[in-house]
Amino acid sequence: MPRLDTGIEALRERALMVRRDIITLLARAQSGHSGGPLSSADLGTVLFFHEMNVDPDRLDDPGRDLWHFSIGHVTPVIYSLMAERGYFPLRDLLGFRSFEGHLQGHPSKHDTPGIEISSGSLGQGLSVSCGMALGSRMDGNPRRVYCVMGDGEQQEGQVWEAAMFAAHYKLDNLCGVIDYNRKQIDGDVQDVIGIAPLGDKWRSFGWHVVECDGHDVEGILRAFDEARATRGRPSVILAHTVMGKGVSFMEDDYRWHGVPPKPEQAEQALRELGTSLPEWTKRLESHAAKAIAPSANGAA
Amino acid sequence: MSKTAPMSPPPRAATIDLAKPEMKRTREGFGHGLVDLGERNPNVVVLVGDLSGSTNVNFFAERFPDRFVQVGIAEQNMMCVAAGLAAVGKIPYLATYGAFASCRSADQMRVTVAYTDLPVKIGGAHGGISVGPDGATHQAMEEIAIVRSIPNMRMIVPCDYYETRKATVAAADDPHPVYIRFGREPVPVVTDAETPFTIGKANTMREGRDLAIMACGVMVYEALVAAQALAAKGIEARVINLHTLKPIDAPVIVRAAEECGAIVTAEEHQIHGGLGGAVAEVVVRTRPVPMEFVAVHDRFGRSGKQDELMAAFGIKSPDILRAAERVLARKRGG
Repeated sequence: MPRLDTGIEALRERALMVRRDIITLLARAQSGHSGGPLSSADLGTVLFFHEMNVDPDRLDDPGRDLWHFSIGHVTPVIYSLMAERGYFPLRDLLGFRSFEGHLQGHPSKHDTPGIEISSGSLGQGLSVSCGMALGSRMDGNPRRVYCVMGDGEQQEGQVWEAAMFAAHYKLDNLCGVIDYNRKQIDGDVQDVIGIAPLGDKWRSFGWHVVECDGHDVEGILRAFDEARATRGRPSVILAHTVMGKGVSFMEDDYRWHGVPPKPEQAEQALRELGTSLPEWTKRLESHAAKAIAPSANGAA
Repeated sequence: MSKTAPMSPPPRAATIDLAKPEMKRTREGFGHGLVDLGERNPNVVVLVGDLSGSTNVNFFAERFPDRFVQVGIAEQNMMCVAAGLAAVGKIPYLATYGAFASCRSADQMRVTVAYTDLPVKIGGAHGGISVGPDGATHQAMEEIAIVRSIPNMRMIVPCDYYETRKATVAAADDPHPVYIRFGREPVPVVTDAETPFTIGKANTMREGRDLAIMACGVMVYEALVAAQALAAKGIEARVINLHTLKPIDAPVIVRAAEECGAIVTAEEHQIHGGLGGAVAEVVVRTRPVPMEFVAVHDRFGRSGKQDELMAAFGIKSPDILRAAERVLARKRGG
């Protein structure tokens, strides 16, 4: 069952579990990024549990859709999504960023099976995705290619080289997703180097632009539907999000871009998310098989 | 290692008229190699950054338009688009000037291509100072240092048209990223269609035991000319065509150090981190012998004709000859 078509309520539940994973693995590692992973948890969950045709048991399935997080620093959400979806056991999340584990600080193809391309230097992912989309079309492969970008990342010039390329080659099998949380490591994006009006920029580059509330599961589903139905040009989804979404003291605060919660902060965050650090750690520890993780109803 | 071990392959240069060599462009070797590949391997695709004619990928574009991707003036994008194509099973060759391939898109080469270890093949055209009139910005003299410092990369600097053609074809069968450096102007032909070529296996072009001259690219010809002049003085120089800088052919280097006792390296590249450095890294750990380096000494290029630039920068055969005399004096303890 490569494409899960998970229902709306179950997607919301899964996104909540992903947020709990993120806090728990960051608390254990005491290293890593909090803000972006939490802001992209909902759109990531829709991608992995509804939109994409992927099969963690058949990583080289030629019919699979391809996904690439150009924002390599959001590994907490990437690894949580992968583990929840069955790429590797949830237990592995507790080895995030450790020397012994297989979960590098930024995604590494040769350390973590399922990662298509290593990333970490911003601005390169859309170009990679263009190559994947073009190569797939050359082969007559109907797969789609998804590239998740950050809004701060839009400051990288290479993004716009790729934007021109994708429109020139009419790559309608390519879907960009921008986690538009309006924060980057040095502050508000508009204060650091303004990127607005972002939708107009993409439209003027020849892309079909879809905007949605990046925390509204139904809105995200509709956005992916619209992108998939668009022919003759690539689509980009501007998912309006809140950095640190779901944890009151992290929300909309750029200082949470690149730091993990301390243990007592993690406890508070997990209380707000309806669990506790021991309880959620236990859930991760007890999941040692490569399979879709049990649902919230069964485990939380 | 036996001192009587036979050389393989046998020296090739005896039949070449060094005074009046045939002249051919290495970039045409790249272009023709791509056409060879296009015919035999449907997965080979070619990308170019608005330099189809300059890099001679136009040969491929005319024959296989469906597998040719014009990227425009966007080298960083091109490096990563190639990575994406490789990720879905293609064998992408990209072409631009070496100055841009090695520097402008170095981060993309390091992070996306090499860290992921994708079989992207990078054609760096107009390598070295022999580009001539375009001047310093377009004279690539740092590629060997940059590329060989990155894990998983292969670095090849073929010596002439035939070797460039063979290196281009051979790169397709290597599962790793490969950088091939070639030039703009016609250069002397010192091999032929039958000369063996294997990535990572140096070719001994001339036998000798008084010293070894190790060279790559157009400097192989200059080394052969210098060796001929040395022979007239009764000095027999072994000339080794070290076309692959990474992985380096350490056994051939060690054997040369043991048997010849002195080494001159010759390259159309900065002295820091190039062929000379790569050879020295092997020699000092195994059989330390006196070495001299013929290279560009830490300076940018300038406009001029190929020959006058190479002379001005100290990388013509007389420079190799003088380096040989210096290294022989050190070998004798002088």
